[in-house]
Amino acid sequence: MPITYTSGEQIEVYRFSIPVTVGVPLLALFLQAFLPRRIFSIFDLPLLVTIFFAMARRNPISGLLTGAAIGLVQDMLGPYPIGIYGIAKTVVGYGASSLGAKLDVENVGARFLVTLGFYLVHAAVYFTVARGMVNLTLNWSWSRGILAGLANALLGVALYFVLDKFKQRT
Amino acid sequence: MESVLGRYRNLTILVGVLFLQVLGLAVQVKRSADTENTRLIRIWAVDLITPFERGLVWAQNSSNNLWHNYFYLRGVRSENRQLEDKIEKMRLNQVRLSEDAEQAHRLQLLLGFKEQFIEKTVAAQVIGSSGSDLSRSIYIDKGSKQGIEPDMAVITAGGIVGKVLHVYPSTSLVLMINDQSSGVGAMLEKSRLQGVLHGTPDGELRLERVMSDETVVAGDTVLSSGGDQIFPKGLPVGTVSKVSVGKELFLNIQVKPAADLSRLEEVLVVTEKREREPVAESGSRVRAADILAQRLPSVPDKLAVVAGATPGTSGASVTAGKGMTASAKPVPNGAGKPVAATGTVPAAKLAGDAQASGVGLKKVAQKTAGGESPAVLSAPSNPRSTPAANADAPKATSNPAASPAKPAADGAKLSSAPPNPQPPATEDSPH
Repeated sequence: MPITYTSGEQIEVYRFSIPVTVGVPLLALFLQAFLPRRIFSIFDLPLLVTIFFAMARRNPISGLLTGAAIGLVQDMLGPYPIGIYGIAKTVVGYGASSLGAKLDVENVGARFLVTLGFYLVHAAVYFTVARGMVNLTLNWSWSRGILAGLANALLGVALYFVLDKFKQRT
Repeated sequence: MESVLGRYRNLTILVGVLFLQVLGLAVQVKRSADTENTRLIRIWAVDLITPFERGLVWAQNSSNNLWHNYFYLRGVRSENRQLEDKIEKMRLNQVRLSEDAEQAHRLQLLLGFKEQFIEKTVAAQVIGSSGSDLSRSIYIDKGSKQGIEPDMAVITAGGIVGKVLHVYPSTSLVLMINDQSSGVGAMLEKSRLQGVLHGTPDGELRLERVMSDETVVAGDTVLSSGGDQIFPKGLPVGTVSKVSVGKELFLNIQVKPAADLSRLEEVLVVTEKREREPVAESGSRVRAADILAQRLPSVPDKLAVVAGATPGTSGASVTAGKGMTASAKPVPNGAGKPVAATGTVPAAKLAGDAQASGVGLKKVAQKTAGGESPAVLSAPSNPRSTPAANADAPKATSNPAASPAKPAADGAKLSSAPPNPQPPATEDSPH
């Protein structure tokens, strides 16, 4: 059963079939766990998928729930307490969908900047929760953070182009 | 109130979802045993992802095996020859090292040391990682069904990898040593300085708690100290790559891991280790000087000393199993290169080698410059022959007079040594 979401009158709202809604995040999580760390550890595929679905649906509630679900599964696969990625991706999902409802995020430049920005937001929330609540000794490196943000933004633009094929107009 | 909630519906839900997650996180952190609290949902998530990983790894390995084992066999014969040569050289080294190890065991016994030995390991394949750049952990394809338990050490031939963190029925999550939440008791091989090895957020390793007035140089080997009760003592951890003065009077020591942690494919999980004191085996050994004396024509009456006068030695049959002094000067190995001969070679090995090389045991004994040694004559044949002993045997028997004083000294040490070397403590069980 297709799920539909509505928002602003002039901005198009998309929906996705259930196989895509479930399969794409799972595939992203699987690839993130399987691909060789040496090369792909800088990328955060689940984050890119979260941003894409949130921007396409333009509904804050579905965006934050998608982010929370993907983040929590990502937490379950890792060694740390469950919830760190969940919180970070909830915030990103909410922010990206809220932004998607107000701005046109269909063009390449906007997508690049939005992904870069939300990568940094995600990192900031993750670090805050990890250090503040879980007491992990994470150190933030601006150079590495921005480099990873740029790499993710580039990959995101390409990935969104592929995922656009699965969009269904409401 | 309802109108306020309705107006800020999205924000309210966001706050609600975040609050629930923060609450869940706080519960986990407070109890600090999230393995129990969240075990079930972790199992679900792992069961969801790992079958695909297993399938993909299996397909990848199958295609690799098909190619490498059936199609791409170019140069295998020459490689085989090279490897055989290498094995022969390594056997020579093994004889020397086993003597060193025996000596170390004796010294440990004297000092009352207890040490941990790896009794059993399970080989496992790496099937994935946690999928996060901020944590360093891997999934292996062995779990509780194969006897894996939390806090077991995970190693490779290169060095230590990490410890088992979460165990599921057929998979396990391994926290690697370069994760920032891991800690390993480590020490420097040469100086024996001990410290704690921690991972950094960048995935590097740092040896902490080493005072800044100590001398540590790049290139020093780091071993596990055994203090963490997870990794047995003496396993390779890495090498010091950079040293600088850190905070609070401690050195900042960067360590390069011995195992390539970013390219792991197969690992060994230490499922069983035993703490024991080195075993002293009963009986005593004949001094090398006495054996030399047996062979010297000028001192024939020494035989009596060997046969009866030595306390705790019951004549020839006992002597047969003891170490026998070999020449200490370099002898050629199979490759024609000189190899420093070890102080002692087990007599049984020597006898077996003599037979294996087509020379009867008695003939070997007859080759000795002096009278026949009853010890050698009564030695049982040993089918386990090594090229090392093959190389040593003629030297040991044909030129006894040339044997210098050092073997005699070794022989003196041997008088309190166990007659039979201990079997290897490691028993690998292939999966």
